[in-house]
Order: sequence, then C-alpha cells, then structure tokens
Amino acid sequence: MTAPASSDVIIVGGGIMGSSAAFFLRRRGLSVTLLESDLIGRQASGTNFGNVRRQGRPLYQLALANRAIAIWREAEALLDCDVEYRQFGHMRVCYRTRPELAATMEQYAADARQSDLDLEMLSGNMLRTRFPFLGEEVLAASYSPLCGHANPRLVSPAFARAAQRLGAMVHERCAVTETAKMGDDFVVAAADGRQFRAPVLLITAGAWGDRFAAAFGEPLPLTSRAPNMCVTEPLPYALRPSVGVVTPDTEESVYIRQVERGNLVMGGSFYNPSYPDRYRVDVRPENSLSLWRQIQRLIPAVGRVSVIRTWSGIEGYLPDSAPVMGPSMTTSGLYYAFGFAGAGFQLGPGVGDTMAELIATGRTDIDLAPYRADRFSAG
Amino acid sequence: MADPVVAIIGAGPAGVRAAAALVAAGVRPVVIDEAMRAGGQIYRRQPDGFTRSYTDLYGSEADRAKAVHDCFDALHGHVDYRPQTLAWNISDRRIFTAGPDGQQVLPFDALLLCTGATDRLMPVSGWHWAGCYSLGGAQIALKAQACAIGRRTVFMGSGPLLYLVAAQYAKAGAEVAAVLDTSSMSASVAALPRLLAQPATLRVGVGLLRDLRRAGVPIHRGITPVEIHGDADRGVSGVTVRTSRGDALTIDCDAAAMGHHLRPETQLAELAGCDFAFDAMVRQWLPVRDADGRSSQPGVYLAGDGARILGAVAAEAAGELAALTILADRGYRVSDTARQDARQAVARARRFAEGLARAYPWPHEQTSALGDATILCRCEAITVGDLRRTIAETGAEEANRAKAFSRIGMGRCQGRYCGLAAAELIAGAVGTPVEAVGRLRAAAPVKPIAIGSAGRCDR
Ligand SMILES: Cc1cc2nc3c(=O)[nH]c(=O)nc-3n(C[C@H](O)[C@H](O)[C@H](O)COP(=O)(O)OP(=O)(O)OC[C@H]3O[C@@H](n4cnc5c(N)ncnc54)[C@H](O)[C@@H]3O)c2cc1C
Ligand SMILES: Cc1cc2nc3c(=O)[nH]c(=O)nc-3n(C[C@H](O)[C@H](O)[C@H](O)COP(=O)(O)OP(=O)(O)OC[C@H]3O[C@@H](n4cnc5c(N)ncnc54)[C@H](O)[C@@H]3O)c2cc1C
Repeated sequence: MTAPASSDVIIVGGGIMGSSAAFFLRRRGLSVTLLESDLIGRQASGTNFGNVRRQGRPLYQLALANRAIAIWREAEALLDCDVEYRQFGHMRVCYRTRPELAATMEQYAADARQSDLDLEMLSGNMLRTRFPFLGEEVLAASYSPLCGHANPRLVSPAFARAAQRLGAMVHERCAVTETAKMGDDFVVAAADGRQFRAPVLLITAGAWGDRFAAAFGEPLPLTSRAPNMCVTEPLPYALRPSVGVVTPDTEESVYIRQVERGNLVMGGSFYNPSYPDRYRVDVRPENSLSLWRQIQRLIPAVGRVSVIRTWSGIEGYLPDSAPVMGPSMTTSGLYYAFGFAGAGFQLGPGVGDTMAELIATGRTDIDLAPYRADRFSAG
Repeated sequence: MADPVVAIIGAGPAGVRAAAALVAAGVRPVVIDEAMRAGGQIYRRQPDGFTRSYTDLYGSEADRAKAVHDCFDALHGHVDYRPQTLAWNISDRRIFTAGPDGQQVLPFDALLLCTGATDRLMPVSGWHWAGCYSLGGAQIALKAQACAIGRRTVFMGSGPLLYLVAAQYAKAGAEVAAVLDTSSMSASVAALPRLLAQPATLRVGVGLLRDLRRAGVPIHRGITPVEIHGDADRGVSGVTVRTSRGDALTIDCDAAAMGHHLRPETQLAELAGCDFAFDAMVRQWLPVRDADGRSSQPGVYLAGDGARILGAVAAEAAGELAALTILADRGYRVSDTARQDARQAVARARRFAEGLARAYPWPHEQTSALGDATILCRCEAITVGDLRRTIAETGAEEANRAKAFSRIGMGRCQGRYCGLAAAELIAGAVGTPVEAVGRLRAAAPVKPIAIGSAGRCDR
C-alpha cells in the first residue's frame, strides 16, 4: 500500500467555498489537497441563481459580504477567466399588498450605510421611470448599484483551475468516506481507497458538511433545501439589475436576472424535495408552474417568453440560516465552512479568503462568533 | 374497480395502433399529441383545406397511411384524444401538459411513450446559412404545406430518408440538384442479407433509386462533405464535397437538405425515470426495454421510433404489442398469437435496422475533420473551435460538463441537433470511447413553453 499523500491542508468539498479556499491558501504558500466527490462546482455552487447580492443579509454579515464583493470585482484578473460577474445592480422590491415592508427596507438601508452598503430607495414615478418593466403590484424598491450577478457554472471551476496553476492538488470523483485524527495529522480516506494526510482539515462540504462534523463530536441540525430554477429562450438584452421580491411568503418569493447572452434566469417560489445522500433533487413541475405565475406579478411581460429548461440544486441550512464557519470546538486543526443556505454564492470568495487567512495566520478581522459550531448545543 | 388510466403520448403509427388495441379490450386511453392532427411523422396529414390525394402525399405508403388514419378516426368517441397538447414533463406518475385548455395534470396507471424521432445531424461548414434544412424538415415542408425548401436543392447525408425525400421532391416537380451520400456502395452490399429481413421495404428503397435515376438526378456515394456555401443575405448558394475518388465537386443550389437517419425522442422516458444503455450499433443512448415494450420503470412502456429507430411498419407492431403488454400486466386476457405476431414483426425490423446501420453508418469520424470555424451548436452559435478550446482549457470530458462550460446544447433545442455530434467531437478530442462522454441530461420542459401558459395570479 502506498503512503498517504501529504500536504499542509486537506479540503473536503469542491464547491465555491472549497475551491476559493484552495486558491487563497496557495497564495499564502500552504500546500493544499482539494477532494471533491463529484466534479468541482457542480452542486449548489454550480446550480444556483447567480445573485451577487449584499442587501437583505443580517447586518453582522455585511463585513464578510464586502470582503467577497471586492474579490468579485477583480475576479477576472485574479482567475484569468471571465466568470461573467456584471456589476449591473441588485434590486429588492415589495408589493402593495405588504406596504409595511417598504418601511422595513427603508430602515435596513439606513442601518446598512454604516456597513458600507449604499442603498437607494425608489418608489412611485421615479421607480417606474427607471424600471418601466415592473408590474403594477410593485410598491417600492431598494436598489444597490454596486452589486450584480455572475455565472455559477464557471466560478468554482475557475477558482480550482487557478489554484491548480499555483500548485494545489485537485482530485475530482474522490468521495471522502472517513476522516480521523492520528497524532498531529488528519488521515482522510476516499471511497476508492486513496488516503491523504495533513495537519489541517477544512470541511467545505455544503449540504453534506454535518456528517464530517458529527464524526468529530459536533452534531449539527443541518437540513437541505432545493430552490426552483428555470431559464428562458434568449431575448435582446434589456434587464440589467437582478431583481427579487421581499416577502415572508415562500410562494411569492421569486427573483429574476438576464444574462448577457439574453436568457432570463429566474427562480424561487416553493422548494423542491431534495435527497443529498443520492445527490438528487426532484424538480416538481407544480413548483415550476407556481414560479411562472408569480414571476408575472413582478414583470408581467415575461408571460410571452418561453422557458427552455428547469433545474434545481441542494443547499444546506442550519436553523438560523447562518453557516458554520471557523475552527472546530472539539478538535484542533479542524475547520468548517459549510451550511451557507440560500446566499452563499456571493459570500464564497470572501469565505475562501477568510478561511485561508485564519488557517495561515491563526486570526481574522471577520467576526466569526455568529457562525460558531457549538451555537446549537445546550444553553 | 375504477378503470385504469392508460395514457399514450404520440399519435403516430405506434400510438394509433396501441390506442386501437386498448379500445378493443374495452379500455378508453388518453391520447396526447402536440400536432394538430393524428398520424405522426410519416403519415403526417395535410392541413384542412388541402386536397392532395393519398398517393400524392404518401406514394408507395398510401395504403398504410390510409389504414392508420382510418383506424384512428374509427376510435373517435372511444379515446380521450388531446391534440395540440404538449406533454412537457413527467413527475411522480403524472403527466404535465400544455394545450388549448392551458396547463393540465394527468395522473396515470400506465403510460406508453410513442414520441417518435427527429433527424440525426452531422455539422458541416456553412450549415447555418438560411436554406439549409434537415431532411425531415424538408419533407415536412412538402408534406404539410406543399412547399419545397428551394428552387434547386441538394440532398446530402445518408440513410433511407436521403433517397426518400429527394425522390419525393423530384416527383413533386422540384429540381433536385444532386444526392450526395456519405456511405459507400460496398457498405450497402454488405448490409444486404440483413436488409432482406423486410423485403417490401427494401423494394421501396430500390424503387426510389430507380425513380431518381430516371429523373436524371446525379447520385454520388462515398462523398465527404466539405462546405455549404452561402452568405447572410442570400443564404445557401452551393455545396462542395470530396468525391470517393478524392476530387472536389461543387454543385450550385439555393437549398440543402441534410441528415443521417434519425434519433429517438427520449426526453420524456428520461424524465419518467427510465434506465438508458449505450447502443454500440447506432452509437446512441437508448431507453432500456424488454421485447414486449416494458421500460425499467414499472407502468411505463415504450414503442416506436421514440425508443429505437425501427421504422413505421415496426412502430405499428410495437405499439400494438406494448398495448397488449399493458393489458396483460393489468390482468386482462390477451391473445397470445397477436402478441407473437407483433414480436416477430419487431424482430424482423430490428434485423433490417441492423442492415440500415451498416449500409448507412453514422460518419462519426467526420467530427475530427471539422474546421474550428464550423458552427456546432446552431442555437447558441458555438463553434467546433469553441468546444475544442473549452476541452483543452478546462479538461471537460463529459457531455454535461462541456455544456456547462461552453453552452453547447444549451439553446432552444436542448442539444437535440448538436448533442450527438458534440459527444463524438469530445470523444475524439479526449481520446475516449463516445459512451464514456455520456449524454446530455434531459430537463423539462421537453420543448419550450410560454411562462404565461401557467396562467396568472392577479390580486
Ligand atoms: C438553486 C440554488 C439557488 C441559489 N441562489 C443563490 C444566489 O443567487 N446567490 C447566492 O449568494 N447564493 C445562492 N444559493 C446558495 C449558494 O449556491 C450556496 O450557499 C453555495 O454555493 C454553497 O457553496 P458550498 O461550496 O458550501 O456548497 P456546494 O457547492 O454544494 O459544495 C459542496 C461540495 O462538497 C462535495 N462533497 C459532499 N460530500 C463529499 C464527500 N464525502 N467527499 C468529497 N466531497 C464531498 C459536494 O459534492 C459539493 O461539490 C443558491 C443555492 C441553490 C441550490
Ligand atoms: C421529419 C420526419 C419525417 C419522416 N418521414 C418518413 C417517411 O416519409 N417514411 C418513413 O418510412 N419514415 C419516415 N420517418 C420515420 C418515421 O417517422 C417513423 O418510422 C414512424 O413515423 C415512427 O412512428 P412513431 O409512431 O414511432 O412516431 P411518429 O410517427 O414520429 O409519432 C410521434 C408523435 O408523437 C408526438 N409527440 C412527440 N413528443 C411529444 C410530446 N412531448 N408531447 C406531445 N406529443 C408528442 C408527435 O407530435 C408525433 O405525432 C420520418 C421521421 C421524421 C422525424
């Protein structure tokens, strides 16, 4: 039997979190092995809606989101690949049926200013003149000019390739089945018998992260969800910002953007059943229909456009919708960054950068207290 | 006990004969078809107000066409027929349809998929110019609308439709500039023993050749396509090929019809959860089924060209056989001789299809010779060079991975017309067998549908 391959850090899970962490760790000079059971960036990170949105997040998360957006802005140069990040703005709107949400958005805009997020509140004629495609029901909007959207299919593989160019070892179709700490090192075994060894282990396994934490005595109430997505035939490019509905009602919570090729990408309304163990989602046709009905409230003209494809993906949720991010509370050398729920794509590059900083230097300015792994245990 | 809901998708020869067999046993099937009228591809009916005779429309197949049409018309009142209705998704033993009455959901006990085929296309430099059609498209123009795709048409590719459609054009009075066949005469000779499995069909084929020769149509075999000439203003202006002797041959024309036989429409079978297997003979992934039409999914059955290209005669037999299997599986008494006859007809057609695959092989090796500037995916205007570069830069070796990175197969047709050639191109570039490249996953809706078809929720 061959000796396990060793490196400074082993990363389990090659979504946007794992692949960006691999890249930033290499930039800091650590040797990295990235293990991915499927192909890089084909799960949540490759199937998501593509929103690079900061507003609407808890205020404590904006520092991390700001760190991420700075990387998004230079991603093309950094990765030597156009990942189609377009800073065309992001807009949240509320409906006339929920006027109280306009005040909530206004308050959020006032609070977010201290965290370097500038939001413009729009309503009435101003809103309609600037965004004439919005439906009658739209009452008010909160517009963030310095956000946008990107192509999820390209980003994580671009991070992984860039990391590889810097010397990272990337193993695809390499499902990790066992992780154990032996002495100062973690020994990690894959389904095909390969073994890897490193003093640091970073778990970035998305909706599958909990099983690794549980093995180190940190059970977490992680569940999975699968948002509903679809894309239309291409149309002339017209809709620049990404637009989403603010509402407490899952059914009416929908969002839409247009890619430069011209297709409208949209998502939301009811979630699909998901089976992470089988890497499977059932895209329920009735959920597609619900999305198509709801999206016409936001932009009525899309009723005449044809959908050409529907899909979904699996995201991992903790009860407070915040991730687990930071060091393990039980095992030294073990780190987590998973459970990023429905908004981890935007954060991804910031998470990779922060985890690399934490692992390489032992500290980071990002406040990780809200993301502690023991926050759901007794007390 | 309530009657079982038996649904048939597709009212071509397979679906029609299946419906008749079910009605004969006292079952009232639901028949869903997106076309205006029943008949399917080969027996496509002309629109209301058109008055061509059966012989004009269907030539040697006039009697069969009439028989299938009459059979379906006689079922009126005994089937729940839903024309102009697209089955766009299957989920949890329910069919989702969009039709004149909007969106509907149909839970089923048994489902028979008779979804037919579309052309199998091999890209050629210049095939994106206006005036370049698939062979099937060229035939539909003639059959449905009595139109030719051009004044002077070149037919290029291989397979039975190549000669059939060219002969139909010639007979209708359209000028056929040439028939350019990539397959060789020797391949046809080698295939003869298998083609004798359906002597009548073989005779029809020989007759077509004779008709074309009599009409003075030049026929070249063993050619290699080089280029379809044209420009954005005028469309197609000519075709250049290399002849079997290696000379360049250019033929002026204002339209080109091309194709290499057919590929089954298997998306609904995939959405229904059926297993697929790679078939080395036709180099396609096909839904797995047993000799009687059962798929790997309990309650889901397959018949006709939608499962494997066996032609119209076999489609009738397979449709009837699958219906009898559904009845037998649900405890009805069915005639053993009827099933045995149908099984034999399908088996003969399989042998004939093996002959066709040998006589008119899919020229997969052509993909490696395609120039980088050739458009591969016409929906998204992705070139051969784009895909080659993607493979080199990203290491994408699997069909869906190459799609994710390059947009190949991401357009309106969902890879129907470029997917097979793209897989061959990837296999050639990576140096793997084409089955290792996999196949583009099917996703709903199987054809584009308007968002407004879902209705609106006005508040
Ligand atoms: C449909 C959808 C729409 C979304 N829309 C947005 C949006 O618009 N904006 C936004 O910011 N966020 C969005 N999100 C959320 C965002 O996609 C996720 O939060 C983010 O991608 C999570 O990244 P990740 O790397 O943690 O997870 P993933 O991308 O899921 O990566 C985890 C990886 O771990 C691998 N893995 C699992 N088990 C093992 C094992 N045993 N061994 C090796 N590898 C393993 C998996 O194969 C997977 O590739 C959306 C999510 C979905 C599903
Ligand atoms: C364009 C074309 C022309 C052809 N011409 C000839 C010819 O002239 N001679 C010959 O011998 N063979 C021809 N063939 C082959 C011939 O079609 C088949 O051998 C024969 O028609 C197979 O019968 P079938 O019942 O399996 O399918 P088809 O006759 O193709 O019938 C399939 C039916 O299913 C319907 N359908 C498919 N998907 C859906 C869906 N999602 N929702 C609702 N309805 C759906 C279609 O509208 C169609 O009516 C042609 C094939 C094509 C594609």
